[in-house]
Amino acid sequence: MRRTYTAALVKELEYQGKTYRYPLRSIYFGGGTPTWLETDCIKLIMDTIVKWFRINEGAEITLECNPGTVTRDSLRAFHMMGFNRLSIGLQSANEDELKLLGRVHDLKRFLHTFELARNAGFMNINVDVMTGLPYQNPQKLQNTLDTVVRLHPEHISAYSLIIEKGTPFYEKYQFDSVRQEAGMQTEILPTEDQVYELTKQTEHFLAANGYRKYEISNFAKPGYEGEHNSGYWTMVPYLGAGLGASSYIDGVRYSNKTNIYDYIEASEAYDRNDTAGNHWMDEETLQSRTRNDEMEEFMFLGLRMTDGVSLADFEERFGTRMDLIYRDVIAELRREELLDMYEGRVFLTERGMDLSNYAMAKFLLED
Amino acid sequence: MTFEQDKIRNFCIVAHIDHGKSTLADRMIQMTGLLTEREMQAQVLDNMELERERGITIKSQAVRLIYHAKDGNEYIFNLIDTPGHVDFNYEVSRSLAACDGAILVVDAAQGIEAQTLANVYLALDHDLDVIPVINKVDLPSADPDRVKDEIEDVIGIEAQDAPCISAKTGLNVEDVLEEIVTKLPAPTGDATAPLQALIFDSLYDAYRGVIVFCRIKEGTLKAGMKVRMMATGAVEEVVEVGYFGAGQFIPCDELPAGTVGYFTASIKDVQETRVGDTVTEHNRPCAEPLPGYKKVNPMVYCGLYPADSSKYTDLRDALEKLQLNDAALQFEPETSIALGFGFRCGFLGLLHLDVIQERLEREYNLDLVTTAPGVVYRVHKTDGTMIELTNPSNLPDPSEIDYMEEPVVDAEIMVTSEYVGAVMDLCQERRGIYVSMEYMEETRALIKYVLPLNEIIYDFFDALKSRTRGYASFDYEMKGYVESKLVKLDVLINKETVDALSFIVFEGTAYERGRKMCEKLKGEIPRHMFEIPIQAAIGNKVIARETVKAMRKDVLAKCYGGDISRKKKLLEKQKEGKKRMRQVGNVEIPQEAFMSVLKLDED
Repeated sequence: MRRTYTAALVKELEYQGKTYRYPLRSIYFGGGTPTWLETDCIKLIMDTIVKWFRINEGAEITLECNPGTVTRDSLRAFHMMGFNRLSIGLQSANEDELKLLGRVHDLKRFLHTFELARNAGFMNINVDVMTGLPYQNPQKLQNTLDTVVRLHPEHISAYSLIIEKGTPFYEKYQFDSVRQEAGMQTEILPTEDQVYELTKQTEHFLAANGYRKYEISNFAKPGYEGEHNSGYWTMVPYLGAGLGASSYIDGVRYSNKTNIYDYIEASEAYDRNDTAGNHWMDEETLQSRTRNDEMEEFMFLGLRMTDGVSLADFEERFGTRMDLIYRDVIAELRREELLDMYEGRVFLTERGMDLSNYAMAKFLLED
Repeated sequence: MTFEQDKIRNFCIVAHIDHGKSTLADRMIQMTGLLTEREMQAQVLDNMELERERGITIKSQAVRLIYHAKDGNEYIFNLIDTPGHVDFNYEVSRSLAACDGAILVVDAAQGIEAQTLANVYLALDHDLDVIPVINKVDLPSADPDRVKDEIEDVIGIEAQDAPCISAKTGLNVEDVLEEIVTKLPAPTGDATAPLQALIFDSLYDAYRGVIVFCRIKEGTLKAGMKVRMMATGAVEEVVEVGYFGAGQFIPCDELPAGTVGYFTASIKDVQETRVGDTVTEHNRPCAEPLPGYKKVNPMVYCGLYPADSSKYTDLRDALEKLQLNDAALQFEPETSIALGFGFRCGFLGLLHLDVIQERLEREYNLDLVTTAPGVVYRVHKTDGTMIELTNPSNLPDPSEIDYMEEPVVDAEIMVTSEYVGAVMDLCQERRGIYVSMEYMEETRALIKYVLPLNEIIYDFFDALKSRTRGYASFDYEMKGYVESKLVKLDVLINKETVDALSFIVFEGTAYERGRKMCEKLKGEIPRHMFEIPIQAAIGNKVIARETVKAMRKDVLAKCYGGDISRKKKLLEKQKEGKKRMRQVGNVEIPQEAFMSVLKLDED
């Protein structure tokens, strides 16, 4: 199956490479655990990209991996192929939390992986950690943070756990999750107040250790802000290839098919040359987009970054002034001290970041 | 086809809830051959979606069956279905008045229950001949002989020869059909006399207007005849008459005395035809109306508001249509500072309220906000006048009140002996006054209490069920009014009184209720950008307080790679959530909060 999938993905990349007209500023292998594929499969994919796309000089090329799915040899091979950034999903340094998350690795294995990565030549490493885990307390979180900071990774992503439909967690914690959202007393998950404290603890500790918060969940040493992620928030076009991947090209958003058999069938159809066009796209996800959609996204995506959005960029993109469209919203959020304006930029305050959904939802326009 | 009167039988089936009334009706419809197996949906008579789902029969309906009896003759059976719940007593009584006989269905395992008694006495009051039938004899726990003895001892009707049947499997149902022929009387009445017909139900049809269900007592009803409803005085010309097929209306030439059927008359005004009214010929009226018509009085009131205030007229239209089938439903416009325009509606009881609310939501696609139900209080003012209070907001200033009265009911609870203590505790907690207790047999007791109606309208039935593991049955009827110490409890959210949350409560339990109310609301109101105090007060005196803390952190802030649409959906949900809120001052209150008072006793 892995090889069949790789072959299918290579076909898609070949097709996309022929039609995509922008040079690549960054490449990201991720979402899930791409290192689940054999090293030669990843090489084949990388080679295909190099063959069919134009890649900018110094482009950020990231590989996401989980501790234990890589070896000294594979990491060396990845570095040789051109990957210059590695993202390691640690999540937690505490055994009980890892077990709860259903992770197969342990702390020892993570430390080993990190060391191997440095030795293989990765000088830009991100570590994912998670806050808001069931039963998490400040001591446990601190243990994770200490462990990570001691290794001096260039970048740290600190996401809070979200209990979502369709995940195994949902069955287990759905009631608690509703209570948590409503700011009520919870049984297993931390309460809203506790999540707040845990987030603040993370932010303060990372800031004290030289990591700047540049986005809601992302921290970096100066100069190591994730190029690829920031692209999503600034509405740069991006192409997603592979099962279920999302794309945003020339103002159009769509996602690929999510059923692996359908996906493979798409590549076969492409091979048979049945019909022209994008076989991998799930037609139902194709969105016709209005100017309002674009303005909303410009705002709520841009505000994820601590630097916020620029009034000039907005005007250039939409031909109208932001304060004409959003005057009341901006005034209201400023009054509530969730948002501020300085030197031509609009950005969320620290409290605004904490209450980002509340603030961002205000930027949705009526149809 | 015309039938002689002696070949007609008009009857109903009475039973305690769940004793198998609807199943027996289905089986009889099937066995008389009107329907093929394939057409036979489960429970043909309960044709409303809601009824099927809840397994209860809400509206009485009728069906005409053709039975080939063992004596070689064909008989017409008019089976009139009656609702089983205590809330619908008046409708039951009107349905019974349309019958000449009744089949009493008793569960072979459970025996006689409180509603069995209530319904059978009602049938006997209408001079109906009652034939008992023992159902569910196929159950392992069935004890038909004990139940037969019980029927004879408790009700006093002959039961030794009662058919022992299983409506589910069809066992011995044939015997029931034969007994209907041999033991129930044929109708009487002179087809040439002036028309006298009883309305026992009605239905609104968008094309034909009101369809009136009636039993012809005297005379003959024909198309073209000018008829008058004697209580409402409305005069209409009959367009069509007919009888009830299974799930459909079958037109015919005339309905002579003794028959059951329907008529239409292009009636658009839903108020004209009231259940229980008598229909007569306009030019040749009968001497007097049939007895028993009364305008039923609601016992429980609450406010119904459209969640979307632009749907106010839709709600009014829907209520008008429902009222047509439901003489007991009453409503009048009211306004609330918190909820805007809506209606104060009167119901027979909580189940009735529930059913109406669900029908409005399902059949008319309305999203509703309901305020806490209350009963009708009598407020005697110092100037000697009395007002009937249905809306707590209208309570006069305490200085103008001499004293207040609240309605009480005679309650009968039948329970197995091990739960007698639990039932008495519950009644005591609900301010009940003990009347009597008698043992029906060794293991079962009938406990009588006088209970304030406002203590049973919320969750008494649920509490009773849970404390007796479902082994209790409950029946009540209005007794009258007694003087009581009552106060109005107000709720203040962020220092502002929310009128839709006020309610009348017994002074002795006000503190407890207020405390629980604040706790409950604290859980219902989402955090805002600022701190929100919630207070319960009697007059100016605050008796309980809770605080909703200011919001600090969104717990759902993640974004998944390039999948922006997911994020947007989340934000839209957040915004949509706001639309379902009611703004009071600068606090947004979710609609559910207005109903939270209903659940104060859940813990």
